[in-house]
Amino acid sequence: MSDMNEKLVFDRPESIIDRPTHYCPGCHHGIAHRLVGELIDEMNLAEKTLMTASIGCSVFIYNYLNVDAVEAPHGRAPAVATGVKRSRPDNFVFTYQGDGDLASIGMAEIMHAANRGEKISVVFINNTVYGMTGGQMAPTTLIGQMTTTTPGGRCQTHEGSPIRMTEIIASLGGVAFAARGSLDSVANIRKAKKYLKKAFEFQVNGTGFGFVELLSGCPTNWKMTPLQANERIQKEMIPYFPLGIFKDVSEEGGIC
Amino acid sequence: MTKKAERIFVKGNEAIARGALAAKCKCFFGYPITPQNDIPEFMSSEMIKAGGDFVQAESEVAAANMLLGAGASGVRAMTSSSSPGMSLKQEAISYMAGSEIPAVIVNMNRGGPGLGDIGPAQGDYYQSTRGGGHGDYRHFTFGPGTVQEAYDLTIRAFDIAFEHRTPVLILGDAILGQMKEPITPWEPEDVDEEAGRDWAITGKTADREKRLVKSLFLQEGELAEQNKHLQAKYDSWIDLAEAEQFETEDAELVICAYGSIGRIAKSAVRKFRKQGKKVGLFRPITLYPYPSAELKALAEQGKRFLTIEHNLGQMLDDVRLAIRTIADSDFYPIYPGNLPTPDELEEPILKCLEGK
Repeated sequence: MSDMNEKLVFDRPESIIDRPTHYCPGCHHGIAHRLVGELIDEMNLAEKTLMTASIGCSVFIYNYLNVDAVEAPHGRAPAVATGVKRSRPDNFVFTYQGDGDLASIGMAEIMHAANRGEKISVVFINNTVYGMTGGQMAPTTLIGQMTTTTPGGRCQTHEGSPIRMTEIIASLGGVAFAARGSLDSVANIRKAKKYLKKAFEFQVNGTGFGFVELLSGCPTNWKMTPLQANERIQKEMIPYFPLGIFKDVSEEGGIC
Repeated sequence: MTKKAERIFVKGNEAIARGALAAKCKCFFGYPITPQNDIPEFMSSEMIKAGGDFVQAESEVAAANMLLGAGASGVRAMTSSSSPGMSLKQEAISYMAGSEIPAVIVNMNRGGPGLGDIGPAQGDYYQSTRGGGHGDYRHFTFGPGTVQEAYDLTIRAFDIAFEHRTPVLILGDAILGQMKEPITPWEPEDVDEEAGRDWAITGKTADREKRLVKSLFLQEGELAEQNKHLQAKYDSWIDLAEAEQFETEDAELVICAYGSIGRIAKSAVRKFRKQGKKVGLFRPITLYPYPSAELKALAEQGKRFLTIEHNLGQMLDDVRLAIRTIADSDFYPIYPGNLPTPDELEEPILKCLEGK
């Protein structure tokens, strides 16, 4: 302990567990975890939160957030969260899913949970690649992007186009809020937190389904440095996956 | 327990749904498939009236995972399906077994493999009693033979699921599901819906550590320990194994049959008894754990055995495992796609009896 009279201005949120990260250097999962943890503290949700973890790099989110959690099979987190929320409607329920989990194997579950207007929040990490299994193509992989299963780069005529999930989710009736943020810069991280807060508020208020996509870096599988990864988000990802709010029922008059 | 005075005339499917409500089931997640549609249809109104919730899921996969979520929350919940739908539910059932999540799952067995038909069959016995998903697990499996038993065992299924933190399967078939019989409904007294939920996710409070319901065990040795724990749990269930014995005491030949076929075989046994022929019936009520000790005791008395199933020989394995050091069992298959009658069973039983 220092005996100097210093004022602590930045600390670990109570909902985040004090432990070394297992994520790769430059990975943005840690930032996303922290934003969720900060909001759980700020919105006083710790005792109400039931987290649904998914499969992929983020499966270990339960090692970082100090809340009750259940692990869902690959892609099924929105269905598991539906069961959790329907049985405990007074709790705050969120899923945390990657692009392979949510937009590929779990496409049916996310679409229908959103369309039913389940009162849950979804945090969607899009890094355009399967991280945990070693860098294979994801549904969000950009055209031309090299992955271990698109060694010549993703080709539209062979592999189809990268899926824009937030735009699709925003078109569904039960959705209260859908937005896309990015974790590449301080300014974008601040905006991303505002989006997450709004999505969480829509659940707490009982309005409907909240969805926040977060563009994230995967330096290991992109074979880049962390700084190069941030540059790629700005130059290649944001032009294809535009940032902003795509649906906000408080501005549209609510869900009828 | 409190007996209600009235008798009601219901299908097996409806009896199961009513049994679940009596057991204080709070959530039902389903997806239509014949021949079990009466269950979700009944639940879509009655579960809501009972203060619970009903979701028609987008698929059997989703329904089973909704069940996983509700069970992990410590809430009594159920799903039902039929054979092709059960295959889709296996992913979640494996996770529930691995995560020790309690839940009740109903399978009204139809003909297979593949799309098969919508008639009765018992071809899902292996899937039901061996653990139909990936990994080394079992779940408790009941094989009711009457509509009343379907009601009664559904209530017991919830108690066992929560007492042992396991998915419990009720394996019926299209005969049981679609057959109407009078039953006497009853309600268990004092179902404590919060008892024994000290592992479930309910929201972390200041006075306890966070709870985590998962099936991932990556540290060296950790998964081995979990599997040892699961196996010990499965072994302990042997005390809960149960069978109906009918006219077995002086029987020379014991028919082994379960569920609807057990019921039909009982009619055949009655007819033989009227003719003075010494035939009996051994009808397992729990298919896992299998009532092996009871069956072995019959073998030790020198009886002979004939297994009859609405499949090509699946429970036959369990019969043979139980009596293998003493005797063997003959087998008569009823092919899926055919509806058996007691008369059809007489010839193979007689042939077996006279072939002494």
